Amino acid sequence: MMEPLLDVKELTMDFGGLRALDKVSLQVLPGEIVALIGPNGAGKTTFFNCITGIYKPTGGNVFVTPPGKKQRRISGMKTHRVTAQGMARTFQNIRLFPEMTVLENVMIGRHCRSRAGVLGAIFRDRATRREEKDIVDKSYAILEKMGLAGEVNELAKNLPYGAQRRLEIARAMATTPFLLLLDEPAAGMNPRETDVLEELIRRICTEENIAVLMIEHDMRIVMSISSRIYVLDYGKMIASGTAPEILANPVVIKAYLGEEDVDVPAS
Amino acid sequence: MNAFAQIRQSLIIALWFMFITFPVLVVRVNTIEKVVEWRWLNMIYVGIGSFLISFVWRYFLERKAQGGKEDTHPAPATATEKPFMQRLMAEPRLYRPFLIVLSLFGLAFPFLPFASTYQINIVTNALLYIMLGLGLNIVVGLAGLLHLGYVAFYAVGAYSYALLYYHFGIGFWVALPIGALFAAIFGIILGFPVLRLRGDYLAIVTLGFAEITRLVLENWNGFSFGPSGIAGIPRPGLFGMEMDLHQGTIYIYFLMIALCLFTIFVVNRLQNSRIGRAWVALREDEVACEAMGVDPTTAKLTAFALGSTWAGLAGVVFAAKTTFVNPASFTFLESAMILSIVVLGGMGSIVGVIIGAFILILLPEYLRAFSEYRMLLFGMIMVVMMIFRPQGIIVGIRQIYEFKKVAAKEGNRQ
Repeated sequence: MMEPLLDVKELTMDFGGLRALDKVSLQVLPGEIVALIGPNGAGKTTFFNCITGIYKPTGGNVFVTPPGKKQRRISGMKTHRVTAQGMARTFQNIRLFPEMTVLENVMIGRHCRSRAGVLGAIFRDRATRREEKDIVDKSYAILEKMGLAGEVNELAKNLPYGAQRRLEIARAMATTPFLLLLDEPAAGMNPRETDVLEELIRRICTEENIAVLMIEHDMRIVMSISSRIYVLDYGKMIASGTAPEILANPVVIKAYLGEEDVDVPAS
Repeated sequence: MNAFAQIRQSLIIALWFMFITFPVLVVRVNTIEKVVEWRWLNMIYVGIGSFLISFVWRYFLERKAQGGKEDTHPAPATATEKPFMQRLMAEPRLYRPFLIVLSLFGLAFPFLPFASTYQINIVTNALLYIMLGLGLNIVVGLAGLLHLGYVAFYAVGAYSYALLYYHFGIGFWVALPIGALFAAIFGIILGFPVLRLRGDYLAIVTLGFAEITRLVLENWNGFSFGPSGIAGIPRPGLFGMEMDLHQGTIYIYFLMIALCLFTIFVVNRLQNSRIGRAWVALREDEVACEAMGVDPTTAKLTAFALGSTWAGLAGVVFAAKTTFVNPASFTFLESAMILSIVVLGGMGSIVGVIIGAFILILLPEYLRAFSEYRMLLFGMIMVVMMIFRPQGIIVGIRQIYEFKKVAAKEGNRQ
């Protein structure tokens, strides 16, 4: 069996007395596109924040196994260190750097893969110049793949909505991850844009060999793209499996639509 | 149709002003002759004055609101036709002659007939504030950390030189890097406790830090000689040459020009580097910045350390220029002044900071006649700026990258 890229074991997150995540376990294998679904407030984004180090989980463990490297425990690690391990994310509500250009946004993603310091910046020695050129070239190449090459010098805030979503993915790709975490990438997109996005995510997975774990509400894209689906409800992982399995699972249907035979309360 | 409403509003405001200034400006009780004077004329002045000001104010606000609307609609069309200031800065053909004239004037200035010692001194002062402004610009403009205690590091630099000279007889050129280093260390020491803070909270803590520094300098007599300060600090030397006051002033002027050019060079390189981009990203969105692999701790600490370094350098020069330091030179007003330079000029813009420093430092000098109203004027400029042009005189522009070559290469490959 393949070593999972991401292995979450019984992750628990308490906010005071509120248990937002209750012993959630999840695995992402190489080459997979995994979807995490669940009703609003189920704890999906909290789950992302926990595994990327924005929140510090109160229990459980998160391990990653970068391809060709040994397994490492990342729970409790700081966010930027997690990203450096090779796990990059996007945000539900787009969080670009609005006053920076499109290219610069992507160049920030290269930060953890480059090392020029203050002295390098001031003296611009050869190593720094070479590194800077490398950052620019790699970032531009990513933008070309994402179909944003025409807008490199545009400020990020001036991009249309769909392009901003793509730019956020491009920025995450610039950190050369082995696993991409997408938080509702299709939110606010029309069906045509969603199709383009679906194609893009597929290409990222197959061509760039980056596994994807995504939170999504749009069931059309979830069902067609994911190898496996996890369902979260009230902080508990209630089901996991392939798309047909999930669609047929009565527990999932109950979580989304409520009880099938509703008891009429006696008045 | 709107004009009538505007006039009516202005009239109401004028009446209101006439009413509230009535007891102060109209009634005067002459206690010697025991009569009450009624100065009705004053009331008319107040009425007309407030009516006009209110009307003009409203007119500009209205225009601003309309301008905003017009701007958003044809955004793609205006993008090609950049405003004149931006074109001036972006195209070498336009800014080169401008720069040459400026640098020639800068070189010739101390030898021009009208340049007295006093004139050179105030320009040197402005240059000092350019340096401080550019230093603070790293912290506030680029990294977006609202720093109200910048003057503390200025004081650290100045006192470093003063005390090093007093105790060890160390000269200006040796003290310059040492002062900068001390200030940088202080910057990092302040940086650690405030790493988690942002915005208002950060402002309050840095403000407190500056006040602590000033109070320590004022009260620790054994260390800093208290409010009486340290006098007799030598001016910078030039291979042991003897210089009279005027020559010395000219020398410091050129020294400051050199230091300013150095500062501009460094800040310019920094802001288009890996570190500079990380600062701007930190300013734009801290969470996203960290999620993209930027260590916010390092980024903030380097911003604090580098900003403080420049304050330290400026402090050493200040001590050498005035030959005297005491805590009264490092009050909160100085911090506010430097911050105003950055905000007025345009956060994150080098040219903006330079213009801001010249306006805020030179204008009061040349408007000595109105010195009583200086702070009033100052406040008014700030209020008007914040309402009509909150981004500052010059907006910081981002680096533009050309990609024709790469695109061609890609084309060949296919």
